[in-house]
Amino acid sequence: MAKYRGVIEVDTERCKGCNLCAVACPLHLIELSTRVNHHGYNYAVQPDQTQCNGCSTCGIVCPDGCITVYRAEK
Amino acid sequence: MESINIKSPQNIVYAKPRLMNDTNMHYCPGCGHSVVHKLVAEILDEMGVEEKTIGICPVGCAVFAYRYVDIDWIEAAHGRAPACASALKRLWPDHLIFTYQGDGDLACIGTAETIQTLNRGDSITIIFINNAIYGMTGGQMAPTTLMGMKTSTCPYGRQADLHGFPLKISDIAATLEGTCYVTRQAVNTVGNIRRARKAIRQAFENSMQGRGSSLVEIVSTCSAGWKMTPDQSNQWLADNMLPYYPLGDLKNTVDNK
Ligand SMILES: Cc1ncc(C[n+]2csc(CCOP(=O)(O)OP(=O)(O)O)c2C)c(N)n1
Ligand code: SF4
Ligand code: SF4
Ligand code: SF4
Ligand SMILES: [Mg+2]
Repeated sequence: MAKYRGVIEVDTERCKGCNLCAVACPLHLIELSTRVNHHGYNYAVQPDQTQCNGCSTCGIVCPDGCITVYRAEK
Repeated sequence: MESINIKSPQNIVYAKPRLMNDTNMHYCPGCGHSVVHKLVAEILDEMGVEEKTIGICPVGCAVFAYRYVDIDWIEAAHGRAPACASALKRLWPDHLIFTYQGDGDLACIGTAETIQTLNRGDSITIIFINNAIYGMTGGQMAPTTLMGMKTSTCPYGRQADLHGFPLKISDIAATLEGTCYVTRQAVNTVGNIRRARKAIRQAFENSMQGRGSSLVEIVSTCSAGWKMTPDQSNQWLADNMLPYYPLGDLKNTVDNK
């Protein structure tokens, strides 16, 4: 069992929909929304918030610093 | 939902760096420049040197770097950033002085300034973003463009008889007496981003300790110029750029622990 649980928060107006966070998440928890932000980008979302372990991979690879990662012990 | 309630400040393990402004960056989605800006902001904060740091912007896509990282900046003419860095370091020897340059800026129009500055051994850092193309002006061939690589000015691919060979500036820099640290890094994977972060930190420490010139080349992507998605670009970088521009230290005269 994973020791940590995590959740991410995406700054959807800053996100450019580059998809690099989705590609990098080892658990495939991120996808691009069908909705767009005011720049016209499909922004990143984490539909299932129960699986994330807060590893921060998505935050580190996000070029634009859009992702805040929270992590707590289970 | 249970996981929502862990969203409190003490549980933050990753966030946009404090020194990165809220201004949206103009870079294309997934651009390597953005990743490196984030690393610079993180490292300067970690070192506590924001009040003592002056960055020098290039001409190229990073021309607006001064908008994004909250330190003092100077904008240099195309290719002349290293010359400005030498001057600044001599005026303020206790300051952290670094340039941030693309391959067109550093390895073409500014080749002389790059080599002469590194050879003088001023304790400055050069961050060199090598995306093998002139990103800003529409994807023209650069000195660093790979053999056979197609750009808007070599639409049939780079050929040796017509265009010469891709220039390995870092290899040249490693032969110069003035350099104390020359390294080639990339930001295409989370592991490479972590290693690049350590390398930039090392270079900045060298500059503060007066050890000589440091050059950190970052092999980077230009998805707009390469005409690929950001993810395809990271893969193309691994498959095509890294065999010709292999990662790792080319020179390190500093015994770091
Ligand atoms: C003296 C001068 N010559 C040419 C230009 C046109 N110019 C602007 S950016 C650039 C090249 C940028 O390429 P690079 O340094 O690789 O930066 P990138 O955009 O790829 O990050 C050129 C040739 C200029 N602005 N000034
Ligand atoms: S913190 Fe890790 S597990 Fe959670 S979404 Fe990001 S990459 Fe995936
Ligand atoms: S990496 Fe960042 S900018 Fe790209 S889709 Fe994910 S959150 Fe958006
Ligand atoms: S043109 Fe290339 S280097 Fe410039 S911002 Fe776009 S992807 Fe980045
Ligand atoms: Mg370039």
